[in-house]
Amino acid sequence: MTDFLQLGLYGIVLGSIYALGAIGVSLTFGILRFANFAHGDLMTVGAYIAFTFVSLGWPMGLSLVMAIGGTILVALAFDQLVYRRLRRQAPVILLISSFGTALILRSAVQLIWGSRNQVYRTGIQLPMRFWGLRLRQDQILIMAGAVLLVLALHFFLQNTRVGKGMRAMADNLDLARVTGIDTEQIVMWTWGIGALMAAAAGVFLGIDTRLHPTMGWTLLLPIFAAAILGGIGKPYGAIVGGLVIGLAEEFSTLFISPAYKAAVAFAILVVMLIVKPTGLFGGRA
Amino acid sequence: MLSYGIFFLTLVAIYGLLTLGLNLQWGLAGMFNIGIGAFFAVGAYASAIVTTPETPEHLGGLGLPFWVGFLASMAVSGSVAFLIGLVTLKLRSDYLGIATIGIAEIISQILKNEGWLTNGVRGITRIPRPLRGLVPGWDSLVFLLLVLAILAVIYWGAERAYRSPWGRVLRAIREDEPATLAAGKSVLKFRLQAFVLGSMVMGLAGAIYAHFVNFISPEAFQPEFATFIVWVMLIAGGSGNNRGALLGALAIWGVWSGTELLTGQLPAALATRAGALRVLLIGVLLQVILLTRPQGILPEHPPKPIGIPRPKAPEV
Repeated sequence: MTDFLQLGLYGIVLGSIYALGAIGVSLTFGILRFANFAHGDLMTVGAYIAFTFVSLGWPMGLSLVMAIGGTILVALAFDQLVYRRLRRQAPVILLISSFGTALILRSAVQLIWGSRNQVYRTGIQLPMRFWGLRLRQDQILIMAGAVLLVLALHFFLQNTRVGKGMRAMADNLDLARVTGIDTEQIVMWTWGIGALMAAAAGVFLGIDTRLHPTMGWTLLLPIFAAAILGGIGKPYGAIVGGLVIGLAEEFSTLFISPAYKAAVAFAILVVMLIVKPTGLFGGRA
Repeated sequence: MLSYGIFFLTLVAIYGLLTLGLNLQWGLAGMFNIGIGAFFAVGAYASAIVTTPETPEHLGGLGLPFWVGFLASMAVSGSVAFLIGLVTLKLRSDYLGIATIGIAEIISQILKNEGWLTNGVRGITRIPRPLRGLVPGWDSLVFLLLVLAILAVIYWGAERAYRSPWGRVLRAIREDEPATLAAGKSVLKFRLQAFVLGSMVMGLAGAIYAHFVNFISPEAFQPEFATFIVWVMLIAGGSGNNRGALLGALAIWGVWSGTELLTGQLPAALATRAGALRVLLIGVLLQVILLTRPQGILPEHPPKPIGIPRPKAPEV
């Protein structure tokens, strides 16, 4: 039983990271209408920017803020240089382009920081114990950080003009345009928020495990599975989707080798797309 | 210099097979496969297992002739594609793309972890080079001619397929799926056929690669070289155009090899990161092509319908 609960706890930690990534994927998919294959590599960029500041001796919190800022700039730069010019093309051209962006970001990370494994902090952190369950302090911080970001996102989407515009655009693009919403401005905000969440997810993943140039790319599948599970264009659904995928992956290690975790996300993705492509909460197909 | 030329052309021919296979799936039928590396690897391993001399290190070691290996590679990658296609081909192109990432990841984990099958990360050695000693001293040229002959046959088949009624249905599915469905075509069946055929060609390319380098391990099938670069080749050459696909393979592999000469000039301290710089350049090249010439060097030229008079536009 304790083992089971322990896996559940790890699943929630992993699921929080997936949820943050899935929010960005769901928003860009819902508002810009294309599957952004570079989102995972945006997470990698965030994690490595934080690494630079951490190795300069900055505290983790401040490094996270710098990582978020840097990642937002990278996302906006790619939007202005590439995606903005392709917006009139078929979505699949944008998709291929984002695939190229993923390649550029990953090789840039390799070029700047090398392709070895890196960690934010060397040495082993002793886990704390609660009723026989083990949890590292880092993992508690990850969960707390994820909850804070999600609450902030909720406030933003519900109460600000831009947030409402984003929801309107995700629901119906033409209607949003007719009502006079500045769609270009909303697009910028979408990239900004997606990149913010991606950077946080990347840094949290780096804290939980290690940094590697392919760390984000390998997360692309579970993140998309989470976004589709929650319903495209539904950020709240993406949070639930992330937690479900995280838990399913951890519990699957009871039955199959951890090397095949990807198979779990894949299975959920395919079954969901065939059975209910609109997601659990009725997003867009 | 001559031996470098042979080496270069052999790799271009192998990539040419991959782009022709992808062109069947993407250029013709509009299926977004970014798991090319998986089918390439499956084909390479299938042929290696069948043709290597007896060994306790991995499954097989049957020591059969190379052409049996080639047939096995097509059979195995085709079967894998069939099974995957059954569950994924209902998906829209972007979702199919995500699903194929998952497939590639699962297959790469199988190659690494199932030692009884593949000898794990240590890989398979002693894969024989076909037709060795047929013309003494000219083994690599003989091999190149063999690969070019196979490429010519596949190209001929792909051209025939493109112009056939079968290819026309696939293009119709790509352009307007509901209309094709309404015309009474089984969209799923046609897609599955194109997916399996394309993957068989990719598997064959993998087998040829395995026999060319004589040693394969999971490391050899990194997505950068087995998947990304093939996409850039097809987009650059012109998707939907078989000659474009081959031209793209030649041009991009030329650029890729050219950057090697360029990064060779770098100081030794930077040399270890030169590979990343080259991939970065290829990524930038893809973006530039998409922004300036998304139809590629040789755009698609669908055959014109013959004998059917065009209806006059209705007067407004």
